[in-house]
Amino acid sequence: MANQSIITVKNLVKNYGDFEAVKGLTFEVYEGEIFGLLGPNGAGKTTTLEIIETLREKTSGEVIVDGFDIDSNADEIKKRIGVQLQAAGYYPNLNLSELIVLFSGLYGVNKTPTEMLEKVALTDKAKAKFKDLSGGQKQRFSIATTLINNPRIIFLDEPTTGLDPQARRNLWDLIREIRDHGTTVVITTHYMDEAEVLCDRVAFVDGGHIIGIDTPDHFIDELVAKGFERKKQVKAANLEDVFINLTGKEWREA
Amino acid sequence: MNSTKYSNTRATLAIARASFRSILRSPSAVVFSLAFPLIFIVVFANIGGGGMSVDVGVAKGCDTLNPIYKALAQNKIIKLIKDETPDEMQKNLAKGTIDAIIDLKPMVPMKPMQVNVQYSHASGDKGGVLKSVLNNIFYRIQSEQFKRIQQISGIPIPNAVDLKETVVTGREYKYIDFILPGQLGFSLLSSGVFGTAFVFLSLRITLVIKRFFATPVKRSSIVLGEAIARVVFALLGALFIIVIGHFVFGFTLIHGVVTVLNMLVLCTIGLIIFMGFGFTISGLAKNESSIPPISNIVTMPQFLLSGTFFSVSAFPVWLQHISRVLPLTHLNDAMRKVAFEGAGLGDVTHQLFILLLWGIGIYAVAVKTFKWE
Repeated sequence: MANQSIITVKNLVKNYGDFEAVKGLTFEVYEGEIFGLLGPNGAGKTTTLEIIETLREKTSGEVIVDGFDIDSNADEIKKRIGVQLQAAGYYPNLNLSELIVLFSGLYGVNKTPTEMLEKVALTDKAKAKFKDLSGGQKQRFSIATTLINNPRIIFLDEPTTGLDPQARRNLWDLIREIRDHGTTVVITTHYMDEAEVLCDRVAFVDGGHIIGIDTPDHFIDELVAKGFERKKQVKAANLEDVFINLTGKEWREA
Repeated sequence: MNSTKYSNTRATLAIARASFRSILRSPSAVVFSLAFPLIFIVVFANIGGGGMSVDVGVAKGCDTLNPIYKALAQNKIIKLIKDETPDEMQKNLAKGTIDAIIDLKPMVPMKPMQVNVQYSHASGDKGGVLKSVLNNIFYRIQSEQFKRIQQISGIPIPNAVDLKETVVTGREYKYIDFILPGQLGFSLLSSGVFGTAFVFLSLRITLVIKRFFATPVKRSSIVLGEAIARVVFALLGALFIIVIGHFVFGFTLIHGVVTVLNMLVLCTIGLIIFMGFGFTISGLAKNESSIPPISNIVTMPQFLLSGTFFSVSAFPVWLQHISRVLPLTHLNDAMRKVAFEGAGLGDVTHQLFILLLWGIGIYAVAVKTFKWE
């Protein structure tokens, strides 16, 4: 399955009036990998993601998702992808079960709430409202809604922002599990440690351009080969390891 | 991935179901659609249509066996007050809380009856009403006296007036027959305008709609699903109000179930038009706090001028022209004609035509102003 392309982006351009947010991006996402889109705020990550997700019109360029062109087959693409938006809310006054029922109807599939909530370990929250969940639970529920239509690809926009170390690691496990079941994952994050341990390949985006695309390992090796050295001696563990070691690995519910 | 064909109907119904559940759990929707109209109906039904009553104090020592007293006691307009001291009575008369004090001296055969009445400037024209009620009683007593004199003396006394009174038989038009359709109309207006505006603005701001767009659902399904939920909820509310109105307050439903069905059709038409205002406002409003002021600009004039509480014909002519332009006026008109006069939908085509014009107009604006993101 290696290097079988599932998303192909060629010369993607997006202008907002005079402002060029995305200036000719070209990259591929391979089937079955966790692909990280990295870069500072305003680099064009979310815009790029939303164009691939069919939520935003592109100015020019070509995007093919699972063999379908976004210009002519947006509806087919919507059926094959799962989307988690940054900071998206859910229909008010409904509990998690009812939201799953709603999304099953929107996707036209038959999934029971229990089946979906089991995947993200939220069955005991079936009757809870989304707004009453903890940060980690909210992200896990969002991921559950992206899985309802058995997507080929899921898109996660900064899923771990604001989570504590336990919840973050818990989410990594979930994302890896999804990848291991054959779903391609496209993720954005500001945490490089996260990208390093989670992503199979990453692309760095800055100022609307891709400035590098490779495996995290290869990027690091390359930099070290150039003679880069950290100012501080790298130790065998970091402070997060200490945190996890002291507070335990099991996840805290808020 | 699923190979089965995607069903827009299923998606629409999924949204309708979700939205309906959400409405049922939102306290403001329930309060506005059910509680407010019912409270208004209860209050106004008990005021009894503003029927007039004249409070008459009965002076100490007043002869209660007197035929005048008996006639007054039987009069529905006159309320006799007996449990106040003369002092209190004088004070209340001066304030206008009682409208007159009457003192009848015991009858002395062959002497004119002594009747003392005190009126008050403080109570407006109610004194005049009592005066004419008394005159009426005096006239009857005098007529009887003339009759007796005639029998004894044999002298014919011609009648000054040959009064012929006929009452046309008709249905009693109760105030509930006026107030209930008005309340129904207003409840539809507020639910259509406020409810729709709030829902679409909040779905837009919280990115719920954006998340929907990442699914294969059509935009039309989102609008239609929301509309179905709101219409179903409003119709259940209307049915509830009509049933309570009919069985508790005697609201007139001439053709029974057929009348109710006609009213529900009118409710649906009205609600769809009012939702057009809601869509427009959700597009104009920048955030949730700007919805109430804009919505009130739409609802308040109609609340006051569309015959919700009192008939449009009570307004000065220039104001009536404004009233005749507002959609709620025509919805209320049509609703009253259907409920009380037993009109069918074919008899209110004028009202429906004006509502149709409003519908076309407001949706033309809504399409321009509505924002998805």
